[in-house]
Amino acid sequence: MMTTRALGLGSPLQRTFLSRSFARNQSLLSLLRTTLAKRAVQTESLPASASVDILNKQRLLRPSSPHFTIYQPQLTWIASIANRATGGALSALLYGFSLAYVVAPGTFDSVHIVEFVAGLPDAVKYAGKALLAAPFMFHSLNGVRHLSWDMGKFMSLKGVYQTGYAVLAGSAIGTIALVFL
Amino acid sequence: MSLLPRLPLRFSRHFSSSAARCLATPVAQKPVLNKEFKIYRWNPDEPAKKPTLQSYTIDLNQTGPMILDALIKIKNEVDPTLTFRRSCREGICGSCAMNIDGQNTLACLCRIDRNEGKDTKIYPLPTVLYVVKDLVPDLTLFYKQYKSIKPYLQNPNLPADGKEFLQSPEERKKLDGMYECILCACCSTSCPSYWWNQDEYLGPATLMQAYRWIADSRDSHTAERKEVLQNEMSLYRCHTIFNCSRTCPKGLNPALAIAKIKMELAAE
Repeated sequence: MMTTRALGLGSPLQRTFLSRSFARNQSLLSLLRTTLAKRAVQTESLPASASVDILNKQRLLRPSSPHFTIYQPQLTWIASIANRATGGALSALLYGFSLAYVVAPGTFDSVHIVEFVAGLPDAVKYAGKALLAAPFMFHSLNGVRHLSWDMGKFMSLKGVYQTGYAVLAGSAIGTIALVFL
Repeated sequence: MSLLPRLPLRFSRHFSSSAARCLATPVAQKPVLNKEFKIYRWNPDEPAKKPTLQSYTIDLNQTGPMILDALIKIKNEVDPTLTFRRSCREGICGSCAMNIDGQNTLACLCRIDRNEGKDTKIYPLPTVLYVVKDLVPDLTLFYKQYKSIKPYLQNPNLPADGKEFLQSPEERKKLDGMYECILCACCSTSCPSYWWNQDEYLGPATLMQAYRWIADSRDSHTAERKEVLQNEMSLYRCHTIFNCSRTCPKGLNPALAIAKIKMELAAE
């Protein structure tokens, strides 16, 4: 009762006790109790300038929210990443092969490569061709898609998905055609 | 005495979620449809603890239809420490933007998937910007970037009639699809380019607003506005990925606005 009297709530509380039904006011009592408990919390008075320090301290500890690990795989960004990856891989192959030819022209010329490939089993030949043809077809067709975007064509969500599926279908057909060429 | 039945007195706030229990005449209870929500939690008071996914199961038949209804129900009835932003609950304030089942959207516009067997995962907006608490990301940088493009009319000349700058219907039409943006940050934080380069790349939301002012016939600072974008990072980190237009909860097309800036800059 000490605290309630201190807050000037003594008499309403007493009236509550003296009223007809104690049980009916049970909920009111519990409300008072929670309000009083909340008021008992000690707050620290700080100058306004301290807020920046507190904020900066907190900022250092904040985690960054997860992004590509949780984002739904969508044709939009998966195709974009695939475009990068195939482009990078094809460039690496081109530059790698060219440099290898400069370093060791005797081993990496066309004659030797033709001989080497001719000696491989059929399964490896087809797998290897597919491995080269698929990124090539996808990157070429998706490149056309990008060029059309740069001209302002197919710039709607519908256009993006239609051209996206067209590129995927075209890459599949093109890959099969190149493998059995 | 009044004939009205005495309602149980409660001091918790009611939302539509459990209203059936308070009705005078009992209504047929719907069957229980329990659904699991896995929600990203991180508490700044315990910064050493790694962020975790906390699981909550609630009865969808006692919940409103939207993800925001579920979040409010969890906060009211299960765990009051769950923290998220919300305000208008009708998709116009942009406060409740978050990543729901892998897509950025507004919780208030996103229907709960009623498939019982599948849980729904909720993360804060995926940014390299930081998490303040639970589902609340720190959007300071996002707002700074928006401020940097001077999103207001710049025209030192007085209007011809001394009252207002007039616009033809065609000129006004150019702003459609851009002025509706509510800056919820769903698009910017869905953009992989923004994930890697958010410190320098402006991101789709800000760029669309940049174009909104470039396209405005009443603004006279078009050249200056274009000039600040004419560098490697601010604009050209856009690789036409289209995550922005795919995710926009208002159905806008930031990628188109960015493409238009690119074409106008290329034509100079």
